[in-house]
Amino acid sequence: MSTVVLLAITGLGLGALYFLVASGLSLIYGLMGVLNFAHGSFLTLGAFAGWEIARRTGADSWVTFLLSLVLGAAVGAVMAALTEFLLVRRLYERHIEQVLVTVGLGLATVALFEGIWGTDPVFITGPAWLEQTTSIAGARIPNDRFMVIFVAVLVLLAIVAFLKFTRFGLIIRAGVENRSMVTALGIDVRKAFTLVFAVGGAAAGLGGVLASHFFGYVSPLLGGSLLIFAFIVTVIGGLGSLTGAAIASVAVALLQQFANFYAGGTGDLAVVLALAVVLLTRPSGLLGKKA
Amino acid sequence: MRENEMVRDAEHGAQSPVRRESEQSPAASPGGDGGRAAPSARTLTTWVAGAALVVLLAVLPLLNLSLPGILPGPTYTPGALQVLAFALLTAALALSYHLLFGVSGLLSFGHALYFAAGAYGLAILLDRAQMGLLPAIGVTLVIGLVLAALTGAVSLRVTGISFAMVTLAFAQAGSVIVRRNPDRLTGGEEGLALNTDRLPELLVGVVNTKYLYWVALVVLLLVYAVVAWIEHSRAGHLMAATRENELRVRVIGQRPYVIKLIAFVVAGVLATVVGMANLLLQSGAVPRAISTDFTLTLLVMVVLGGVGSRWGAIVGGVLYTLLDQRLNALASSAWIEELPSVLRIPLSEPLFLLGTLFILVVLFLPGGIAGAVGRVDARNRRRTGKADPRTLLEEVV
Repeated sequence: MSTVVLLAITGLGLGALYFLVASGLSLIYGLMGVLNFAHGSFLTLGAFAGWEIARRTGADSWVTFLLSLVLGAAVGAVMAALTEFLLVRRLYERHIEQVLVTVGLGLATVALFEGIWGTDPVFITGPAWLEQTTSIAGARIPNDRFMVIFVAVLVLLAIVAFLKFTRFGLIIRAGVENRSMVTALGIDVRKAFTLVFAVGGAAAGLGGVLASHFFGYVSPLLGGSLLIFAFIVTVIGGLGSLTGAAIASVAVALLQQFANFYAGGTGDLAVVLALAVVLLTRPSGLLGKKA
Repeated sequence: MRENEMVRDAEHGAQSPVRRESEQSPAASPGGDGGRAAPSARTLTTWVAGAALVVLLAVLPLLNLSLPGILPGPTYTPGALQVLAFALLTAALALSYHLLFGVSGLLSFGHALYFAAGAYGLAILLDRAQMGLLPAIGVTLVIGLVLAALTGAVSLRVTGISFAMVTLAFAQAGSVIVRRNPDRLTGGEEGLALNTDRLPELLVGVVNTKYLYWVALVVLLLVYAVVAWIEHSRAGHLMAATRENELRVRVIGQRPYVIKLIAFVVAGVLATVVGMANLLLQSGAVPRAISTDFTLTLLVMVVLGGVGSRWGAIVGGVLYTLLDQRLNALASSAWIEELPSVLRIPLSEPLFLLGTLFILVVLFLPGGIAGAVGRVDARNRRRTGKADPRTLLEEVV
């Protein structure tokens, strides 16, 4: 029983990380039709920014931890907004080229991070509470799991509230539904593009800081390894659907954890298999629009 | 090629997700296409130049040419031949990717899987099954064919970004298996060394690098011949037509799924061939050969050279490999060490420079190198008064 609880909560934590990456991917794809290959770099940069500030101000205080979260999100948002403004915008409506530009950015930035911070993982510590465990139903669960889940739920609620109750959210939702109609009504959708990139980048940067506590290290390849599963999550959930991304994140991460434990480390293969099955039965994903 | 062009011209003005590519492709194939209708002096020049280039490449190991800054030594030395052979094989692999992406418009992120199937398949058969070289090559080809057919049949059920994701997922699954090292079969992170017991002596050892170089050259010519033949065949025309407008292909009674599957399987088998040659050249297989990054670099090469152009893919592959080698050498050179860290760090990361170059090409040089050459060519000809009928037609339309 305790194993099941441990696996389930660790799976939820991993799912929360996937969601933080996939939510941005899904929003960006839904509004602009761009699959952002540089999204992993937003996450990595956020993680390194969080680590840098923790290193300078003492890693074990809560203030530092909160500061690193804020800084990680801000750095991710700025980098994402710049990416949209300087690169993606110039290739408006040319989707293949937009993907290519993000591919190039992804490759270049990972190399740059390796140049700056080295290729080896940097091990990190956080506030003492995060290092401890809590007992639930006999299972000793590391506290960072709860933190990751808590923040991801907050982000989900914040994004949903933003989309539902603000004017920009309205424009973004309308843009996902029918972009040419929104443009025809005289609304400048391009502002929404930058905004969506910034929101996605902030979620990824936040995910980066949390991922570095979850795994216990930062490395230039952190983003890339999460990005592949975030892609799978996005496609399974249905491209452009936030709820789909949330459901798929949890499902994929749980499947991965349980298959890894009970089926001899076949978690990654099980996820790939799940992707194939979902796409063959529902090509547009669980909650995607009919293609 | 005519049929293909008509589809393309009819498409102008219609909405098509890959229209940018179609705009590039007419300019992107210098020589080859235009000559199909009537062999002109120009086509002849292209053929003679191509043949001369092949002869030059073939006798290179016998010559003493020094290209300082490009090759590590004179052309007859094993070091230089190793670099050149690797460049040729990379070009061949880029050419096989061109058949997928440039001709058929299939954006695959899993092409490395079939390359790795060739490298790992041959290495395992030579080592574990104790097969001779030729039977092992035959079996590996069949493995590559079956793998490409199976994964292609599944992933082509979806299109566009979903297709890209499924191919990515398959390659990722392959990567996981290779790294997990089942039964110590694949060597995990360290890779697999080539077992040279059953190999002919000519293909073993540093002294014999020139034979491996010739093998690489033959592989490149073979891949080129197959890709050129397919592009000029009815199947190739249908692949291009499917890329432009799948619905119309279906309306004229063809089956896009089968056409795309043929392109996918042929490209996969060609990649397997290149993978086997690469195993012999590098005396081993490494897990990087199956990583997503490796497929992404193929994409970079094809785009750098010019999407839709065979020559572009070759030039892109060779250029990328040589640049990568040179930039690595640059990174460890003395004068870089002395620079302030703001300059030193970016300059000592080859992939950063290549990625930036790639972004600049996508932004400012649509059609890559081949596209730029084609534009200069067209401008010159307009000035001399001999306009290409195709450009004229495009201007009218």
